[in-house]
Amino acid sequence: MITTRGVGVVDVLGRYDVLGAFWVTIQLAVLAALGSLVLGAVVATMRVSPVRVLRFIGAAYVNIVRNTPLTLLMVFSILGATFILGLQLSSATGSNIFRWAVVMLSVYHGAFVCEALRSGINTVPHGQAEAARSIGLTFGQSLRQVILPQAFRGAVAPLGSTLIALIKNTTVAAVIGATEAAGLLQEIVENETGTLAVFMIFAIGFVLLTLPVGIGFTALSRRLAVRR
Amino acid sequence: MSTPSPLFDAPGPRARRRHAVLTALGAVVAAVLVALALRRMAEAQQLQASLWSPFLTAVVWREYLLPGLRGTLQAAALSVALAGVFGILFGAGRLSPNRSLRWTCGAVVEFFRAVPVLIMMIFAFTVFAQRQVFPNELNPLAAVVAGLTLYNGSVIAELVRSGVVNLPRGQTEAALSIGLTRRQALRSVQLPQAVTAMLPALISQLVVVLKDSALGYGITYGELLNWSKTLGSAYANTVPAYLVAALLFIMVNVWLGRGATAVERWLGRRRGAVSQPVDDGAPALPAAGPTR
Repeated sequence: MITTRGVGVVDVLGRYDVLGAFWVTIQLAVLAALGSLVLGAVVATMRVSPVRVLRFIGAAYVNIVRNTPLTLLMVFSILGATFILGLQLSSATGSNIFRWAVVMLSVYHGAFVCEALRSGINTVPHGQAEAARSIGLTFGQSLRQVILPQAFRGAVAPLGSTLIALIKNTTVAAVIGATEAAGLLQEIVENETGTLAVFMIFAIGFVLLTLPVGIGFTALSRRLAVRR
Repeated sequence: MSTPSPLFDAPGPRARRRHAVLTALGAVVAAVLVALALRRMAEAQQLQASLWSPFLTAVVWREYLLPGLRGTLQAAALSVALAGVFGILFGAGRLSPNRSLRWTCGAVVEFFRAVPVLIMMIFAFTVFAQRQVFPNELNPLAAVVAGLTLYNGSVIAELVRSGVVNLPRGQTEAALSIGLTRRQALRSVQLPQAVTAMLPALISQLVVVLKDSALGYGITYGELLNWSKTLGSAYANTVPAYLVAALLFIMVNVWLGRGATAVERWLGRRRGAVSQPVDDGAPALPAAGPTR
């Protein structure tokens, strides 16, 4: 079944730039990971702040973004934002698509990063803050030396899941024509027949990308786990 | 005391002044962002009433939005049902005493959790189309359901497994000691409790399924996003059409999220009753209290 009909592994790897497509996937993932980390940290700060307006804005952002399909955000970025609203991030079509994909991936996963960080903060018992204060640490000191170190450790595991989801979600950029892995798969199955071999190339590519991340973050969260 | 997190104390006079400044700043920044977005839309002529008034007519809902919603809900419902079956089968397989079965199920579950749903959908769509597995018009739906089932079924399999593993050991021991086989114990003692305990997580998974069904847009499945695009072309109101679609997605998902929370609360209230016999005539076991 693998090679009797259609193309085999060697044909595909020879005729199509599979590695190039996965390189775009990796670029999207790395840039969007950085973007969503910054955005998520800002929104998480707003959501745990004592200022009600900031908490409200942060919660609204998370609730809106988390309940909207990423596909919709992607499609809107080109068909809505670029074509109708004229918000072009680059005059070249290809890099406009790439940049919008990074922006939308960051916006979408920023909400999940925010929730991961917040769940990390929630693992820190109230007693820790109270104890820090009672031995005379100022607010800044207790935050820096007692609470945030524990909060980051608690957030490692959910951040890892978010990163894995982000890597897989870069494929959604294919619906706006980004030249990453899923886009190339679509091109291949349109030109050739869709064989199991073709599917396995792409499936294993993603297993190779996500597996180390999963193993690494699990090991890290175990090593950093706060014993309580 | 209404501090939202352990990070902050009750504010003193200086902190209160600072909070007032931050409140004003946050409100101003948010207002400016909204204003910029609205101005951009106004400049692109997207705020005209003629673009928004179609949403008040029955025909737009009957011809575009409701068929779209139906497509989305149909794919989501089918996928959740099939994913539930897949998840219970493979979750139980991962708990089997047979090592090769356990290992195979584990490998399948880990594989489908690592592969992006869109990749599975594109592949399933091609295979269905080229081998003519289904009637032509059913291919997109079948491909969407296949992709969503394999991914979410694997997630549910993990939920089932952890649900069973986290049950108190006494449940299995009691089942085995009254003479049930392992399979009987799994089917009539462990699984029912595990599935009940994971109901909230299952409903939350519905939100994921519903959002991911929008990936069907990439393989021409007629779900809400695709119909909104058609609507946007027909009435030349692309931006309003997408905004309304987003609003519909958010409304359905928020509603599902509320359902999950309600079920969670309900489970919390009846905790301990889970292990009681279903037969109403039988006296409740006094030992099956919340302390198990």
